[in-house]
Amino acid sequence: MQTLLFALEVSLNGFMTGILYSLVALGFVLIFKASGVFNYAQGVMVLFAALTLVGLQQGIVPFEHLINNLFGTSIHGFGWNMPTLLALLLTLLTMLLLAWLVEKLILKHLVNQNPVILFMATIGLAYFLEGFGDLMWGADVKKLDIGVPMGISDTVESTTYDWFGYGFFIDRLDITASIVAALLVIGLTIFSQYSKTGRALRAVADDHQAALSVGISLRQIWVIVWSIAGLVALIAGIFWGSKSGVQFSLSLVALKALPVLMLGGLTSIPGAIVGGLLIGVGEKLFDFLVGPMIGGATENWFAYVVALVFLLFRPQGLFGEKIIERV
Amino acid sequence: MFYREVGEFKTSYPQDSESFAIGLDKYGYYFILIIAFGIIPFLVNDYWANAVFVPFLVWAVASLGLNILTGHCGQISLGTGGFMAVGAYSCYKLMTSFPDLNIIFCIIISGVITAAVGILFGIPSLRIKGFYLAVATLASQFFLVWLFNRVPWFYNYSASGQISTPERSVFGVLVTGPNVQPWAQYLICLLFAFGLAWGARNLTRGSLGRSWMATRDMDIAAEIIGVNLLKAKLSAFAISSFYIGIAGALFFSVYLGAVEATEAFGINQSFLVLFMIIIGGLGSILGSFIGAAFMVLFPVLLKNILVGWWQWDAAIATHLEFISVGILIIVFLIFEPHGLAQLWRLLKQKLRLWPYPH
Repeated sequence: MQTLLFALEVSLNGFMTGILYSLVALGFVLIFKASGVFNYAQGVMVLFAALTLVGLQQGIVPFEHLINNLFGTSIHGFGWNMPTLLALLLTLLTMLLLAWLVEKLILKHLVNQNPVILFMATIGLAYFLEGFGDLMWGADVKKLDIGVPMGISDTVESTTYDWFGYGFFIDRLDITASIVAALLVIGLTIFSQYSKTGRALRAVADDHQAALSVGISLRQIWVIVWSIAGLVALIAGIFWGSKSGVQFSLSLVALKALPVLMLGGLTSIPGAIVGGLLIGVGEKLFDFLVGPMIGGATENWFAYVVALVFLLFRPQGLFGEKIIERV
Repeated sequence: MFYREVGEFKTSYPQDSESFAIGLDKYGYYFILIIAFGIIPFLVNDYWANAVFVPFLVWAVASLGLNILTGHCGQISLGTGGFMAVGAYSCYKLMTSFPDLNIIFCIIISGVITAAVGILFGIPSLRIKGFYLAVATLASQFFLVWLFNRVPWFYNYSASGQISTPERSVFGVLVTGPNVQPWAQYLICLLFAFGLAWGARNLTRGSLGRSWMATRDMDIAAEIIGVNLLKAKLSAFAISSFYIGIAGALFFSVYLGAVEATEAFGINQSFLVLFMIIIGGLGSILGSFIGAAFMVLFPVLLKNILVGWWQWDAAIATHLEFISVGILIIVFLIFEPHGLAQLWRLLKQKLRLWPYPH
């Protein structure tokens, strides 16, 4: 009984992690659907957004290491803390600017290229952003705290203790993240179903050429999707960053959104959510049940191997459209 | 005027199918070989061997391997680091389990073992392609590195989890271990790089190579004209992994001497090799070498200038390296998707017509 309850707690925690995976995966799906670009840099965008937020909030002078090195000065921060709301707003603006620049400098020149070339270009973008973020804000591990509730939830613990005689440990941060993720998905669905821009987005996702011929500006749409992906990255960055600190490994965690996508299907928003939850619960349970037998830390590869095996049997993922090839 | 086919009289079929059809190309190739085998070994010192030549040759072998898979057969792989780890660890196990076995054979057998692992992880390529496959190969990257970290048998239960190479020699000359001479390190890597490049060149222009290229250009059409996709894809995975395994074995035994799986064979190495073939040129043997040279020399140069001359922080140099590599990749993909090798090809094309360009 105790083990069962413990397994239940583990899977519940996995569920919460899965929600964060879904958040990152959502960013991938949005861009892929609208532009056919498989954006490898989404993970680094999460890191970059979190870094920018922390940097602004803590009043770090951008490029201070570089400036100090160049001019022999010793600047160390502005000496004030920016209000969280203002920092959030400025970070959002940065992400919008990034989206615009990506379209202007990269995507525009790679229209009609093989998707694989675009994929490699986003790997280049990921490298650039990684170096740029570190150069701008410093490479040390930063603590992100913007007032999101954190710590073990006492309510959940006492309630479950009353029910089962066993208190569940669940982080309040995870609960908040789940709620925000749910709101975000609802918001995005409403946006894409009922707004004019959303309709244009879906048109582009359906068929580029048909969308162009009815007068939808592809380039404008791309800027919009990359901006939305930037927003999603920022939200994911806030939660991952508050959970484990803002550092490079954040982008590796975000990399796990890739197998999530494969599992759920590249073109499906519900797929991203379900895939994320499956992977999140699966990897925690696997590590709990099988991990001790084979050396532990299976979370590193579980998601990828599941995706690999799954793709063998269903190449389009759970909810993806069937891949039809024409010659 | 001087660089053209005119005046090259072929009198037999073997002559007609020579790799270098133009005399100047052939002599240039011999010239480079003479310098590489006959002159550099006498000049090379410890710094140049360890910072430039040995890593260059090792990475060149790895990018030759990835180029066969990605450039010729069109299958993207992000698992290069994992396959290099297989090569390194099998080389280590072979060296320690069979101390009398010559190191050359150890390295070649590690390549064969890696090829077997490569086939295993290549099986999904029969069902999926493009970036689906790229993500599937990430599984090999993470799983293999985890395996070598967690199963103590692979590192002979050493306390640090590291593997370090025992001393081995070829014809009485020490080639691995801490007391190795730089020229010996250089020569053994050069031998492998030369042999494998020669092999790759002849494989890719033979029937196997053609079936790879047909698969890359359009696999359905290739299947219809009679290319056996199963054979083409799996052989590309096998041979590519063979190369990468040998690169991993050399990387561990000759170049570094002691490695730890997560650090030495992380996902960044996979990207490094991918960048080499993008910058060098997809589907080009020369490109693999140029790309490897570029990606090895560039950080060394950057570090020497920024840290050595201008006394900047080493961390800033690293960040700038990331930034410039990222920009370079994007710039190359936009302006010259076929890489530096294409520039060389264009130059030759121009030379052929020079001085009458029309």
